Amino acid sequence: MREVTIPISDAVIRSLKVGEPAALTGVMITGRDTVHKWMIETFIKKTRPPQGDDLQVYEALKPLLDGGVIYHCGPVVSGLDTKQYKFVAAGPTTSIREEPYQADVMKHFNARGVIGKGGMGAKTLKGCQEGPFVYFHAIGGAATFIAQSVTKVLGVYKYDFGVPEAIWVIEVKDFPVVVTMDAHGQSLHEVVEKESGKVLAELLAK
Amino acid sequence: MRDLTNEILELIRRTSSDLPKDVEERLRAAIEKEAPGSAARGALETIIKNIALSRKNSSPICQDTGTPIFYVKYPAGWSTLQLKKQIRTALADATKKSYMRPNAVDAIYDKNSGNNLGGDDFPYIHFDEVEGDELTIELMLKGGGCENVGAQYSMPDNRLGAGRDLAGVRKVVLDAVHKAQGQGCAPGILGVAIGGDRGSGYVKSKEVLYEKIGVRNPDPKLAALEEQLTGEANQMGIGPMGFGGQTTVIDTKITGLHRLPASYFVTISYMCWAYRRRKMVVKAGGEVVYD
Repeated sequence: MREVTIPISDAVIRSLKVGEPAALTGVMITGRDTVHKWMIETFIKKTRPPQGDDLQVYEALKPLLDGGVIYHCGPVVSGLDTKQYKFVAAGPTTSIREEPYQADVMKHFNARGVIGKGGMGAKTLKGCQEGPFVYFHAIGGAATFIAQSVTKVLGVYKYDFGVPEAIWVIEVKDFPVVVTMDAHGQSLHEVVEKESGKVLAELLAK
Repeated sequence: MRDLTNEILELIRRTSSDLPKDVEERLRAAIEKEAPGSAARGALETIIKNIALSRKNSSPICQDTGTPIFYVKYPAGWSTLQLKKQIRTALADATKKSYMRPNAVDAIYDKNSGNNLGGDDFPYIHFDEVEGDELTIELMLKGGGCENVGAQYSMPDNRLGAGRDLAGVRKVVLDAVHKAQGQGCAPGILGVAIGGDRGSGYVKSKEVLYEKIGVRNPDPKLAALEEQLTGEANQMGIGPMGFGGQTTVIDTKITGLHRLPASYFVTISYMCWAYRRRKMVVKAGGEVVYD
């Protein structure tokens, strides 16, 4: 088990290989569908002018993401009324929906890790090499277990996106993941898809 | 009419936090099939730890508490209007108590309602009047990751060489499992409806998932296909979480529907390993029993 501290250096990112289990410690943010689309449209492609607190949030995110990690997660959070937030259940959501955006977002913010489930595609894998960054796979559905490694909720941005879609800033300790896409062009997902595809072709021929 | 709001709240708590034993047993059995130290085995071990912890803490097994799908079977004398109100109140309460994530998002304005109530269709509630004197409410929570990998094929499917018969059904179901890879949180459970129209196909492919694992279709032809599909899906080696491994599908359930002469749909609903389904029965004497 590799212990990895956030922010993550390029040297550590390049040393991580597909199949390696890791425990992450430090500060990360959650971000999923709405956040990725908002980042791309507002700050990267600039097809939509910044509104409300957009620029303020952008400035706050920059240092958090420099060497940082984005977690594809829409948590169950308690303490919404009192703002004494606590993550109750916080497993990963399916990452492939962010495929059009991920590589560009990572590059723009100089981020080093993305956590999710199900893996991502060719564009992200290429981005992993260029970044460099890696894709960490968390165990889908293991939400209560994973929430235990979230030691503190430091704050929330874009609460109006809704609880699952908001940007939660969290402190984690020994957050359990497996590297499934590395900075050397290797993807476990690509291998499994190809191998299972061969078996499927044999079964269909029967 | 009796107010069941608190009993329904308890049904939601149990469904979200307490995975049925038949599912847990299959997941436990799957561990031994994976190589020690493999990512697949690690995934299953984490899943088992998570099941115990969620049960102990009354916290959601998965943070995606899914689409709440209620099936209510009521004898004469109950008001479906009142039952619907009670279900909706209980669901909003469950959201406040963090048994459920606020999951209802207005698709046009992207606004989360905050309490799991959205229009008249969220949650989904199906009512059936039944003989006898027992009221049954079944609840399934189906997450978005697995819902997204569901599929519907209009037969024949020329790409797969799949015709309008059970041999063709076999081909498209295997294709759907391959396309899903680990995205639907494998190991999964397949609900398959053959026939119907596009709408009824999806409804029935979920309805079959209320049956316990291992319950076979009474038609021996379909029972055999269920067993065959589970076995062949596992030969593909996609494995838990798509990490590669022995167990991709835990069980397959098939049902047949009448169809139009022109249409032959095969509809597959993929259920993730967090197969959350529970039942409550209000007995004739008023006693409430949970399963």
